[in-house]
Amino acid sequence: MSVGQAQNQAHNVAEAVARSSRGKLLAFLAARSGDLAAAEDALAEAFASALSVWPQLGCPANPEAWLLTAARRKLIDQIRRSHEIAGSDDLEELAGSSTDAAGHDLPDRRLALLFACTHPAIDPAVRAPLMLQVVLGLDASQIASAFLASPAAMAQRLVRAKAKIRDAGISFRIPERNELPERLQGVLDSIYACFSEGWTDPAGTDVTRRELATEAIYLGRLLVELLPDEPEAGGLLALMLYTEARRPARRTANGAFIPLARQDKALWDQGMIQEAEAALRNAVRAGKIGRYQLEAAIQSAHIEGARAGAVPWAAIVGLYDALVQLTGSPVASINRALAVAEVEGAATGLAALNAVSADRRLDAYQPYWAARASLLARTGFYDEARRAYQLAIGLERDPAIREYLNRCCEDLPC
Amino acid sequence: MRYLLAIYTEESGWEQMTPEQQQQGVAAYMAYTEALKSAGVWVGSNRLRPSATATTVRTSNGKTQVLDGPFVESKEQLAGYYLIDVPDLDAAMLWAGRCPAAQHGIVEVRAIWA
Repeated sequence: MSVGQAQNQAHNVAEAVARSSRGKLLAFLAARSGDLAAAEDALAEAFASALSVWPQLGCPANPEAWLLTAARRKLIDQIRRSHEIAGSDDLEELAGSSTDAAGHDLPDRRLALLFACTHPAIDPAVRAPLMLQVVLGLDASQIASAFLASPAAMAQRLVRAKAKIRDAGISFRIPERNELPERLQGVLDSIYACFSEGWTDPAGTDVTRRELATEAIYLGRLLVELLPDEPEAGGLLALMLYTEARRPARRTANGAFIPLARQDKALWDQGMIQEAEAALRNAVRAGKIGRYQLEAAIQSAHIEGARAGAVPWAAIVGLYDALVQLTGSPVASINRALAVAEVEGAATGLAALNAVSADRRLDAYQPYWAARASLLARTGFYDEARRAYQLAIGLERDPAIREYLNRCCEDLPC
Repeated sequence: MRYLLAIYTEESGWEQMTPEQQQQGVAAYMAYTEALKSAGVWVGSNRLRPSATATTVRTSNGKTQVLDGPFVESKEQLAGYYLIDVPDLDAAMLWAGRCPAAQHGIVEVRAIWA
């Protein structure tokens, strides 16, 4: 093997391990000390040594174990430098106990790590970014651009969150059964926040944002694997996959928005749809319904309906009824009103929408005004529809959707 | 890990209570203290005199400035504390939630620098 080939191979193996094992290695290294930043530094140094040593000596049979040993050594050096007094046993302990790591199978504590990143004592706005950095290794500038924050501000928030985990004593542990539902909600919501950030990609061309959706799906699959008995994990995965499957069809070649009903179904990713269906079927079997399962079921009904040429609107209204009852979310009520309009006519849909219009949170919510505009247009209130479209356009940040709303508005009869 | 549960309350609230309510309040804190002790997590606790009795001291350029009153003038004032020893923040949060002050005031959980 030439030097170049060996370097390439070392690089490829290191990259693959970085992707699949980073979270596992970090969770292990930081479990005892809670110091994620120190563990990240040690792991980065271990990867750097791998890239210089592996091309010469060949890739080790167990790259994960090699990296762990190297990172533990770096971590011990680091701790020794900062506290000169500590005994050697303490050092070994602080760097993740060696006895656990001696075996070939590294214990998988990524789930505990996910729970630490989404702990209620961590600022909700930083939970999703923290998860992306700690578990998947995205850097602060990548995360910042995806979350529309400045890299410096994002880096600072991440540093602060890691310091809080270390100094306030947030443990890496899986919550007890009685607290699991609430804590799991935090993990699910953070993963979905990553996905949503990645999904709202204005031009459909922003690679970082698209990758964010892929990373969220990766975390979703991981969560299903680690918590196979939690149906909401499956529900969330299904919801993300159903949505992502339609990404190629949601824009025209020049970036114009295409509503679901007019999308070219041939462009939908069948593999993802199948995976979503399997995940949802499996989740629903547990008989414990939840927000994400319901939202996934609604997506499933839309996709099935598009295939069959007839959307099962009555069933969709039923699913939204359950969602509204479960979450009390005004967003669910808006979508319910649109579904009601398909079953019982636009006037009834508009009446259903009016029932939630007192909620002041909706004043600045684009989908509310777009829904209102379309229902007003269908009931013949063109002037009011025009005003609602104007408000919706003013609230939308995605130029393609603005353009679409603009066309709807211009198409209104005088 | 050791945590300080700092209790912030509205001082006027206590004065407005009837003697029976005050008695009930004290009893609730006593029961809470007992619970901490029997769980083996209690390290120390104290109730503070009202913030009107506070004196603030600061030295700058070698000169000591003394002010009558608390550091921060706000509706909620530091009224007391518990020092507890528990495994992690989750356990500390659990105890903070059980503290009577969580219902009529605010409990701030702070890890002890160790």
